[in-house]
Amino acid sequence: MKRAVLLLLFLAALAFPVVFTLPFPRHVMIMIFLYGALAVAWNILAGYCGQISLGHAVFFGIGAYTSTLLVAKGQLTPWLGMAAGAALAVLVSQLIGYPVFRLRGHYFAIATIAVGEIVQTLVINWDWAGGARGLFVPIKRPDSVVNFQFHQSKAVYYYIALGLLLLALAVTRWLERSRHGYYFRAIREDQDAAASLGVHVAREKHRAIAVSAALTALGGTFYAQYVFFIDPESVFPLSLSILICLIAVLGGVGTLWGPVLGAAVLVPLSEGTRVWLGGTGKALDLLIYGGLIMVIATLQPAGLMGLARRFRRAP
Amino acid sequence: MAGVILEARGLDVLLGDYQVLWDARLAVDEGEMVALLGPNGAGKSTLLNTVSGLLRPRAGAITFRGEPIAGLPAHRIVARGLAHVLERRRLFPYLTVEQNVRLGAYAPAARSGREAQLARVKALFPILEERAGQPARTLSGGEQQMVAIARGLMAHPRLLMIDEPFLGLAPRVVTQLVEAIRRINREGVTIVFIEQNVELALSLATRGYVLESGRVVLEGRSAELLRSPEVRRIFLGG
Repeated sequence: MKRAVLLLLFLAALAFPVVFTLPFPRHVMIMIFLYGALAVAWNILAGYCGQISLGHAVFFGIGAYTSTLLVAKGQLTPWLGMAAGAALAVLVSQLIGYPVFRLRGHYFAIATIAVGEIVQTLVINWDWAGGARGLFVPIKRPDSVVNFQFHQSKAVYYYIALGLLLLALAVTRWLERSRHGYYFRAIREDQDAAASLGVHVAREKHRAIAVSAALTALGGTFYAQYVFFIDPESVFPLSLSILICLIAVLGGVGTLWGPVLGAAVLVPLSEGTRVWLGGTGKALDLLIYGGLIMVIATLQPAGLMGLARRFRRAP
Repeated sequence: MAGVILEARGLDVLLGDYQVLWDARLAVDEGEMVALLGPNGAGKSTLLNTVSGLLRPRAGAITFRGEPIAGLPAHRIVARGLAHVLERRRLFPYLTVEQNVRLGAYAPAARSGREAQLARVKALFPILEERAGQPARTLSGGEQQMVAIARGLMAHPRLLMIDEPFLGLAPRVVTQLVEAIRRINREGVTIVFIEQNVELALSLATRGYVLESGRVVLEGRSAELLRSPEVRRIFLGG
């Protein structure tokens, strides 16, 4: 039954660009996949391992900047840049982990905000990488997979974004069943008890952030190749880190599908208000986010997944 | 009963700026069952936490099976065969009973013999089979304690340290647990446990240590301690 529903959803996702040929619905779906993938990646560290990060924009930005710098300065294909960005994000995540994982709970979250702000400030002042002005991805014609540029149609972006989301989900699914997934959850529920059983807490946390950072960086490269312009304000902001967190919290932290559900609700809301209300839409979607989060937090802390579970049980 | 399995000497331990243990010692022979006694705040849990590597001593030496372990991280110590069941059980509340128990087999050596050990542990505590799929937090206190001990046993320990196994349990459950702990001991696992009830502790243990204000003030065979006027003074006042 569940398998059939998932297969149907997957086929619908594959067929979507065939049915909807206009750019806007495709764009909304691409954003759902992208933010869904980011929230799924965040969920590995925060939802399963219990380390609430509010600095994930760092990894997103590293992905975007690495591939863009390699394209602009080295003529390398963004696909290699994507791999390099993920590798660099893993390296940076390990360095960040050493000091930050000593902190617990709120203090950990606050420290990740500080790390995010530091990295953003560094990049703003890094002239070689464009500084505060940012970087353009050099436009190349014609469309090609090697160049990761598609100007004629959003369909290819659509399938790449879908691929990113499926990859993040597959990694999460695999982790859920592997012993590391259990170590992550043990650390989340009681770090001291996990340590007393001999779980190498520091190493498992580093493992969780490595996977999470790599997947987030892939999203950063995709964003750069989709928008063709990046600057510190668009790929390193605190608001992005918080948005990723909100999407997962709304959908259901620590569940496989929760972050996807959250993205499916929040992204159309923000894209919709942006289109229909123009400039003022920006504030309105945040207002609605805030309201939704409050409602969810009071009524159903397990998020939309918790709500869904309740309905499944009720009838 | 061949030889010393655990020996700690001259342990000074601080929690923050506050010194909790002063020159503490503990020696356990292979196959023994040893009780740590003492009033609240005497440093019993701190002593066990230091032995298992959750805390680092400022001074002192700890040897386990002849090798120094003081200052080693906890996961290394568990891998050498010393398991620790924490005070108040500390189960993972939203994981199932089975998942909790399996998480006890972290060390590579324990992992390879996991299924056999799981069967052994289930034979010891049938409740594990009955409640396998239930979240741990839905169990009663006594059942949770059994899960916690089972989880500790999954590490395949030579020495099992249990912090207050009987705290807050109904007398009937205490009797069950006492039986289980005896059986674990008979099957070759050396046991150190903390218990505030002197008579209960010394009826179960072969030897006891008494701590007061961070120092070991008495040690001896259970029968001797039961007769000791010093034990009466510490636990009954006057």
